[in-house]
Order: sequence, then structure tokens, then C-alpha cells
Amino acid sequence: MRKKVLVGMSGGVDSSVAACLLLEQGYEVCGATLHLYDNTGPPRPGARTCCSLADVEDARAVAYRLGIEHYVFNFGPEFRRCVIERFARGYAEGTTPNPCIDCNRAVKFGKMLERAELLGMDFIATGHYARVERDPASGRLLLKKAKDAAKDQTYVLYMLTQEQLAHTLFPLGGLMKPEVRRIAAERGFGNAKKPDSEDICFVPDGDYAAFLEKDMGLRQKPGNFVDRRGNVLGTHRGLIHYTIGQRKGLGVTFGEPRYVLAKNAAENTVVLGGSEELLCTRCTVGDVNWISVPALGGPVEAGVKVRYSQRESPAVVAPLEGGGAEIRFRQPQRAVTPGQAAVFYQGENVLGGGTILAGNG
Amino acid sequence: MTKWIYADHAATTPLSKAALAAMGPYLTEEFGNPSAVSAPGRRAKRALEEARETVADAFGAEPREIYFTSGGTEADNWVLRSAPRAAGAGRDEIVTDTVEHHAVLRTAGELRRAGRPVTVLGVDEFCRVTPEALRCALSAKTALVSVMAANNEVGTLMPVAELAAAARGSGAFFHTDAVQAAGHIPLDVKELGVDFLSFSSHKFGGPKGMGGLYVRGGIELEPLLFGGGQERGLRPGTENVAGAVGMAAALRESCRAMTEDMARVSALRDRLIRGVLRIPGSRLTGDPENRLPGNASFVFEGVEGEALLLLLDQRGICASSGSACSAGAAEPSHVLLAMGIAPELARGALRLTLGADNTGADVDAILGALPGIVARLRSVPAMGKGIGT
Repeated sequence: MRKKVLVGMSGGVDSSVAACLLLEQGYEVCGATLHLYDNTGPPRPGARTCCSLADVEDARAVAYRLGIEHYVFNFGPEFRRCVIERFARGYAEGTTPNPCIDCNRAVKFGKMLERAELLGMDFIATGHYARVERDPASGRLLLKKAKDAAKDQTYVLYMLTQEQLAHTLFPLGGLMKPEVRRIAAERGFGNAKKPDSEDICFVPDGDYAAFLEKDMGLRQKPGNFVDRRGNVLGTHRGLIHYTIGQRKGLGVTFGEPRYVLAKNAAENTVVLGGSEELLCTRCTVGDVNWISVPALGGPVEAGVKVRYSQRESPAVVAPLEGGGAEIRFRQPQRAVTPGQAAVFYQGENVLGGGTILAGNG
Repeated sequence: MTKWIYADHAATTPLSKAALAAMGPYLTEEFGNPSAVSAPGRRAKRALEEARETVADAFGAEPREIYFTSGGTEADNWVLRSAPRAAGAGRDEIVTDTVEHHAVLRTAGELRRAGRPVTVLGVDEFCRVTPEALRCALSAKTALVSVMAANNEVGTLMPVAELAAAARGSGAFFHTDAVQAAGHIPLDVKELGVDFLSFSSHKFGGPKGMGGLYVRGGIELEPLLFGGGQERGLRPGTENVAGAVGMAAALRESCRAMTEDMARVSALRDRLIRGVLRIPGSRLTGDPENRLPGNASFVFEGVEGEALLLLLDQRGICASSGSACSAGAAEPSHVLLAMGIAPELARGALRLTLGADNTGADVDAILGALPGIVARLRSVPAMGKGIGT
């Protein structure tokens, strides 16, 4: 009996080719596009987001071309609760959240997987650049980097559980992006040249501060810029306007460059300091998900990424009492940002990952 | 392949055999343009006018009071935009209600943005607009009142005659969107006392893309579209002869069988309702007494309507959740919210709408499948457990 797979189709080239490849591999395929929020206005010029109405149409067109069923699932309430509201809460608490990770956790590999199982599917699939393989020694499912290192997306997939990995296929894991575009062009998909989505999907114009204030009612009061010793250096516009590591747009000038080191929601202060103060050699990570091992018995060496577009840095990852992990970097890292993900790699494998709680000198 | 059980007649209805037969010649050898001088044109024109007469008869109207349109949406747009301009001096306000179809509500919203005063009445828990509520809203400035004859989502029948009388008494026009009612319950424009009535072919066994507007004789309505002189210059465009002929045949057939169909379908509906209400945490939505003969709509606690429809679909049962037009919307039904149903519960809505072609066996099949599906959906752990939220 052919295995059934539900492919999450965003209308973009990656998920379209993923669906196509699975069909060619002999799976019984159907496609689903998630309707997550109402982006019913005309597309803003230059906006690069997914899941708009136009994208539903693009996905549907590919589905028709492939001869597969296409569904639209309304996960608006879950998306609002688990992604948008969490995004707002993160900023209110002074952290810098990563909504795409929350969406993967709660919606794409949460709700969509649940819906797929309800419909009798064996797997879900997405166009993510990543690979899943079983470790013959331990029997565990491993999440491995994609062949195309430049497109590797394991950083946003670190939270996948063994159960989720058992039911997920990533058909693009072994392909290079140019190959994927070539396949799309060969099969006549109109989206071969469509730019990849990069902005936060529910903030298409990129002005997340305006979104937080207008749409989420997050009104933050101005407060003090301070240095590490607590001396007041000036006034900030509200915590949401600043990211760790930011130098420009502070609205105050000093003799030398000043960077945002930290945000303190309780005191409504933004800590500024010199470039060297941005560096840290340790950080703590919470909500850790382990993949290649069930748990960490003691410290191990691993390459750690603290942001998406960064090369891994050699580090030692140690488990902490009560869950969580501590990372000690061999080289100091710049702008380790609470709320972002820290993902630990051992070679091609994702050891695990979690949310950065704090970076300490 | 399972046999399909179609319980979504409010979304659309199968084309009746009589309609198809009537349309056939006008899709093949009788292709003339009714405005042409030559014989084929004249024959097409005659067919068109005979269709108009049939439709007029069905509503107790005169043929010259019936205008053909592309459907109910166009008819609604036309009335809302043009009727207020035909009202007396000093009258510019539209009064409507929260449970109208989007064709009325969004047109009213657009008019309001352009500067026309619009009042939107609420409804009670059964989705009823009461004459008292309307009377409170009427004034010397009211130009047009628009209240549907029957709600498409929950099936509630509105007290059209009383509402129309109230409007008339205050000097305003009364329009009713009868898209869901036409062909299913008796509608006589004189008895109801309405000035305008919209209807849509595909809701009573006719072809899609066809509908019409009744305009009481003597009212001068400005056109929505401009072009040739068809429909007495008020609705230009080469007429959809096959569509009109099909619609007329379907309407005539529906009216002939109406008394018998109403009795039979409402008996099936009531058996369906009784069976569904045995499912714990289920509730009938809409007026339990005065509702469309085929409408059985519910909300279920702890269930996602969309998942419910997908599982019913897998069992070969066609239904809908809220209205077809809002499928794909992330918001719960505006009708259910207007009735005071909490958004979370509104998400668990199911609309089953039976038609004359449904049987007792269909009802049995639905009642056989639904409880198990609801139970299965309720056994799925709620979001947030073990998903790290």
C-alpha cells in the first residue's frame, strides 16, 4: 500500500518541488496550504512573505498541475495564540522572539501534523532544507543538515521530537537550491523564479514595532539608556525598538560607538556599552529539545549557532539541573540575544537546541 | 467509492432535470441574440420573456417587475446602491442587520465609507430581527430597509411581512434578499408587501450565474451597469437566455412541488435534528420553530468545524461550516457571533442543509457517521499539551 503524505505547500518553489518529488518517489500525495492570518490587502511591493491569498492560488495551481488534492486549513486561532501573541509577549518581556520557530513548533509540525493524522496520512512533508535519518546504532531519528549548507534550515527545526521526526519527510534535504529551481522550471511551475520568503509573514512591511504597537496594543514607555554600572546615558523610545547588538538609531551620540547590550523589561532600561562589552563566552539556554541523544549526561563539545545566519562556533554544551543547558564558547560571541534560538551541532547532526535565556560575560 | 450524500443545498443545488432539458436548445441550435431582428433572435427573445413570465408568476409579480441579473449578489448590490437614490427627499439612510449575506453587508459597508448613513440592527439568540427593533431604527431619513427572508447559515425565517409593513408605514423602501428562501417557501411579493426581492437560480435547481431582482412597478431604479438597452435599459448585457430559461423551469418545478417538498424535507430535517442533538455538547442554531425546511445547523463544543467537514468529506458526506463564501476565512461566522455565540464555540459549527433529493437513508447515514466523528475529534489532545506552548 502506498504511503500517504500531506505536503505543506506555501506556493513557493521549495514546497512545490517537494510535492513533485514525493509523487515521483511513489507516495500518495496531497497538498495543504495553511491560512494563518488575514493578509487580504493588496501585496505590498517588495514584500517577501508566505501564505497570502496569492500564495494559496499559486499552491493550488501547482497542485492541479501535479494532479493532487489541495486543501486549505484555517489555523488562524492557533497561529494567533501560539505565534503572534507569543511574539508580542516576548517583546513585552524584553526578549527578541523568533516567530518562525514558534510556527514550526506549534503550527507546521504541531497542528498540521495533527490534522494530517486525522486525515489518515502517514507523513507530512515540507520544503525545508534538512534531512532526517535513523541512527543505526542508537535507533534514534537524527536531524541532519541539508546538502546545501547555504540553505540549511535545521536551525529552525531543532525543536522536533522523535515522534514528529518519525512522521516528517524533507525531500529537498539532498538537493542544492539551483537544482530545485531547475526542477521547478522543467516541470513548468510558475514559481521557479519567485523570491524566497524572508520577512515575518504577519508583518509584511517589516515594521514590527508598528505592528506591536498598533495591532497588539503593546505600548511601551520611554525609559533610560544605562551603562553596565547603571549610569543614565539618555532616553530610549521603548524597548521594542532595540535589538541586542544594535548600534544605529539609538538617538543619542557618544564619543565612540555604543551598542545595545541588554534590555531590562522590569526596569524598562536599555543597557549600552562598547563593542568589547557585547562579547560573551557563556550563555544559558532553556526549553531544550534533544535530538541525537535522549538527554545529555555530561558536557560535550558541539558547534553552536546563536542566530540563523551565522556559522557554528565551537563550544562546550553542559546540561543544567532542572533541564536547560549552559554553553561555553571557545571564542567570545557577539550579541547573544535572549529569545533567539541556540542550536548545537555535532558534525552534520543536530544534537539539540533551545531558547537563549541570558548571555553572561 | 462511497456514494455521495449531499447535505449542502444552501451552498448550491443540483441542476434539475427539467432545467437541463429546458436549457438544452438554448445551448445548442437556439443561440440567437434576443436583441437581433432575425428569426433566431426573435425566438430567443420569446424564450426569455416566457421565462420572465414564469418567474413573475412564482413570486406573484408582473413580468415587467422582474429583471434578470448574474445572480443574487448582483441583485443585492443593485438595490443597495440604487434604491436609496429613488427614495423621497431627505431620505438617505439604509437600515439593515448583522446577519445579512456579505453581498448586502459589504455593499452597505462600502456605501457607508462613501458617506451614506447605515444602521445595522442586531439579532436575538435565534437570529431574528424583530419588528420592534426595526421600528426603533426607522425615521424620516430612512430610504431603504434590507432584511433577508431566510438566513443562509442558521435557516431562521425573518418576519418579512411585518418588517415590510413597518418600513412602508414609515415611508421607506423594503428589500428582502430571498436567495435562500425562493423556491423553498412560498413568497408572494404582494402579500409580503416588499418593494424589492433578490433571488438566485442555483439555490433552487437552476444553473449558476443567474438570478434576478423584483422591483415593484412604479419604482424607478437607476441601473448599476451601463451599456446596451437590455432589460429596459436597466441591466444591459446580452441576456443569458439559457440561464433564464433554466432558472424559470427550476423555479416552476420547485413551486409545483413546494407543499409536498416542504412537508417531506422538514420531516427529514427534524429527524436529523433530533438525532444530532443526542450527541453531548451539541446545540441547534437558529429559530427552532421558524426555519427553512432543509436547514439543520449546529455548534459542537470542543470540535473544530473544519476538521469535522474534512472527516465527513472522507465519509462521502457533503456539508459546510458557516457559509460557503466564508470558507477559507480565519474568522468565525459573523452570523453566529451576532447571535451571541462565543467565538470558540462558533468554530465548531456544522451546517447540514437537506433538499428534495435527500432520503431517509441519507439522514441515517449522517446520523451513523457524525457521533463517531465528533467523539474522535474530541479525543485529540487540545493544542498546547506537550507542544511547548
